[in-house]
Formats: sequence, C-alpha cells, structure tokens
Amino acid sequence: MENVTESIGKALHDKFGDALVKQELIVDFPTFTFKKESILDVLTFLYDFEIYKFQFLTSICGVHYPDNVKEEEFCVVYQLNDMVKNQRIRLKVYTSEAKIQVPSVTSLFSTANWLERETYDFFGIEFIGHPNLTKILNMDDQPYFPLRKQYQLEDETRDDKDDSKFGR
Amino acid sequence: MNATELEKKRVDAEKLGYSILNLGPTHPATHGIFQNILTMDGDIIMDAVPTVGYIHRAFEKLAERRAFYQIPTLTDRLNYCSAPINNFGWHMTMEKLLGIEVPKRAQYLRVILMEFSRIADHLVCNSVIGVDTGALSGFLFVFQEREKIYEIFEELCGARLTTNMGRIGGLERDFSPRVWDKVNASLESLPKLLAEFEKLLMRNRIFMDRVVGAGPISAERALNYGFTGPNLRAAGVDYDVRVAAPYSSYEDFEFDIPVGTNGDIYDRFMVRQEEMHQSLRIIKQAIAKLPEGPIHADVPDFYLPPKEEVYHNMEALIYQFKIVMGETNVPVGEVYHAVEGGNGELGFYLISDGGRTPFRLSFRRPCFIYYQAYTEMIKGAMLSDAVLTLSSLNVIAGELDA
Repeated sequence: MENVTESIGKALHDKFGDALVKQELIVDFPTFTFKKESILDVLTFLYDFEIYKFQFLTSICGVHYPDNVKEEEFCVVYQLNDMVKNQRIRLKVYTSEAKIQVPSVTSLFSTANWLERETYDFFGIEFIGHPNLTKILNMDDQPYFPLRKQYQLEDETRDDKDDSKFGR
Repeated sequence: MNATELEKKRVDAEKLGYSILNLGPTHPATHGIFQNILTMDGDIIMDAVPTVGYIHRAFEKLAERRAFYQIPTLTDRLNYCSAPINNFGWHMTMEKLLGIEVPKRAQYLRVILMEFSRIADHLVCNSVIGVDTGALSGFLFVFQEREKIYEIFEELCGARLTTNMGRIGGLERDFSPRVWDKVNASLESLPKLLAEFEKLLMRNRIFMDRVVGAGPISAERALNYGFTGPNLRAAGVDYDVRVAAPYSSYEDFEFDIPVGTNGDIYDRFMVRQEEMHQSLRIIKQAIAKLPEGPIHADVPDFYLPPKEEVYHNMEALIYQFKIVMGETNVPVGEVYHAVEGGNGELGFYLISDGGRTPFRLSFRRPCFIYYQAYTEMIKGAMLSDAVLTLSSLNVIAGELDA
C-alpha cells in the first residue's frame, strides 16, 4: 500500500507541483492534501490517470477544525474508488472560514451534486460552479450551519439540562 | 421549494399547457416520506423536483455528542429494513480504528445475521414492486417469512426492527438452541417461499409487460451517479463490497454476484431475487463451517463484562462504569470502513481525536446518493412508472434523510 501512495504521489507531484501539499498513508487509505484551487483539475487528472482510473466518487464530506490555523478551519474530504483495480484514495482540501469557497466537481461527477449541497447545508462551504447550491436536508430558512463545532447539540438557551459531563 | 417558487413554476407550466402534480410527501404509493413536484404533460412526466429531509434527525451531529458504544442505535435508524448490517458495519469501523481482531466464530455469526437481514430487505423491496404493479398476494406471502427472520433477531437481542445488535469486539451473546431452531426453520421454508414468489411474478406476462424496459439507467450513468449495490449490479457492473474488500470473513465463502443488463426495473427485481438465493448459500456455508470458540475479542475496555461479574468483581465493575460513562480513550485516527448494505456501499468515515466521542462521523448513505438520479430516470416516463421506479430503487427514507 505504501508503494501505491508513493507512485500516485509521484505522478501527482510531477503534474501539480506545489499544489500537492501533503501525502500520507492513513490506515489503508492513501491520502493527499491539495490546495483548494486545484481540486477539479486533480480529479479530472485522476479520472483518466494512467495507472489507476478513479472514475467513481464514493463520498464527499466536510469537517470543521475550529482549532486549526486561520487558513485551514474547514476541510472537504473526497474519497475515490477505482473499481477495476480495487484501489481507493482520499483527497483533502482545506479552506479558511473567511473565504469559504471550494471549486465544485459536479461537472465531472453527477454524484457530487447532492453531496456538495449537503456539505453546504451543514458547514456553509460554498462550491463555486455548483448548479443549484441550496440547503437540502435542513429548512431553507435555517440561518446557521449546524455541524460547525460552535453550535451545541441542544438549544443553547435551555438551562434545565447540564450536559457538561457528557460528550465534548 | 417555497410557495413563491412553486407558484412561478405553476404559471410557467400552464403557459406550456402542462400541469403541476404534487406527489407526496405522504402518499401511500411512495412508501415513505418522499415529495416530488412533477410537471406533467397529460400522463407524461416532463420534470421532477424532489424534496428530501422530511425525517432528518441530525445523526452526524448527534454522533459527535455520544460515546462510541451509543452510536449503533443511530445506525439502526438509517436503513431500518436491514438494521443488523448497519450495526455490524459500525462495530467493524470501531474495530478497524482500535485494531481489534474479532474471533472467527463471531465473524461467521455476524455473516449469518447480515445475510438474513439482506434477505429481509430484498423481500420487502421485491414484494413491494409486486404491490405497485397490482399483485398484492406475493407481498402477503413474503411478509410471513420476513416475520420469521425478525423472530430470529428478537430471540437474539430482544428487538425486531431497530436491533442494536452486536458489540465492539464481537457479539453480545451466542446463538441459543432456540435461535438455531428458528434459523433452521427459516432455511427450510425460505427456498420454498422464494420458489412460490418467483412462480407468481418472474415469468408472469402481465408483470413483465409492466416492468421490462421501464425506469432504466445505463451502467455509465449509474456509475457517474454513484450507484452501488443491487441497483448498480442491475445495470451490469459487478461491484460488490463483499468481494472487492472482504470484511468479516466473506472471503471464506463461495457465492456469485448476479448482474443485469439493462438496469431496468425487471433487472433490479431479478438481481435482488438471485441475491437472496446467494445469501441463503452463504448462510448454509457459514453454518457448516462455523468454528467453535469465543464470540467476542478480549477487549475489556469496550466489551461490557457479564452482569454477574459486575456485582462480584471489582475490576469488572470498573470496566462497566468506564464503558457506560464513555470514559475509555480511543486512539487518534481516521478510518473509513464500507460494508455491502441492503442498498449498496454503506460507509462509515470516522475521525477520532482521542476523545470520548467521534470528532466527526460521516455516513456514506447509498440511498441518498442514488436518489438524485431519480429525476433523470423518470423524465419522459408515465406517472405509474415513476411510482414503480421509486419502489424498485428501494429508497429507504431513514437512510435518505439521516
């Protein structure tokens, strides 16, 4: 598996240079961190990559790291699968809270449509180029993005429950 | 879609001579809470706007506030037609994070339970396709057998639908003789039921005229839309997580992956039907090969000690307390584990920061991902085909809305 990470990483580095920020192997997943501007180009490159053809987008999800440095509070994780050679990889891009925008990949994968809408719905990450970026699971007029870490699970105005001993 | 948008859509449609039809959210033909605002030209669907989220329960947020052993109850309610698969999928994710090796016997017992729940899931889907074409009797036959599968679950864990079965590291209890009786009885009667059900529908001229060629999707579009499971296999792609990335000793069993050709309703029906036979094959192999041994790994930090010991043994009491209060620490890490759920690849992407709850838990819910193709699939079809397409995709509202 480490060889796979190395070989894909080398090809990506040759092609994208400094846009590839980091490569690592997490458990069984080769993981590559990119600068957010390049994500659509990277996915397009990997779609017709010579060794593996990553033509199946497994999932997209957002993560909020409130304690990260200013530029990297939000992360979007893409997981791809080459079904023929049975190889999966994970790509990550980080974005700042101030300019929370990531290029949309809907032009390449139809799957990304609702997955990006869901990520927008829960984290407020704006996908540039998405055909219809609206909330999907929550109410249309919900004024906040619920999966951000600053929002408590319960209504913050309640004082009849003490949850300080549970969870985080 | 809000009221102003809807009104605008209605005015636009009427200019073209079309009408707007609101299908759902609570309509008996939609089998769940699905709303589709259809633009109709007579009986032909010109456009559809699906609304999802009616039973959204914020599972991903809830999971961030719950100790690891409390999360299976959330996974139960994703695809509630095959809850044990979801439960074991979550336990396996945790085992991957913690590096736990589960004993063979527990793995085989898990396989038996997962395949039974797959059968229960497919039985519902296929019989409901029958109902939507006007054949109610098959539905009544198969629900009798589904009931027997639920009795196995009930005997084993006390619950029927939302099972909360298994523990991190294995199973909570071994199969009792009563469970084995029920398993054997089901293995006896299920093939007969399937034969009877197939006799009713599989070569029925009325049924075939109704479903062959209806609601198709090509393999290429299905892959682009992220289809997995029986719906993808019906389109002709032989992708199955049980084979591609075997978990829980699936590599020990021999079974076939049925594939379709056209990706229409009939192919989806046939693929699910054959998968039930293959599931029975796996269950029989698992029972024949079932090894002796413990039913859980030795992980006292995560596996609750027997109640008797908690009363009489100091160490067991401490472990019980630590587990129930969510005080056991887990390693920092990031894992993705996928299982073949009833409807496709059910994935758990877990980020742990070493705390008592997940830092982030994202479910890859197959229904949510492939339901977005529904609009494309029903455009140009008749209204009655739209209902059939929905039931043949087996979209489960709980999994769709998380």
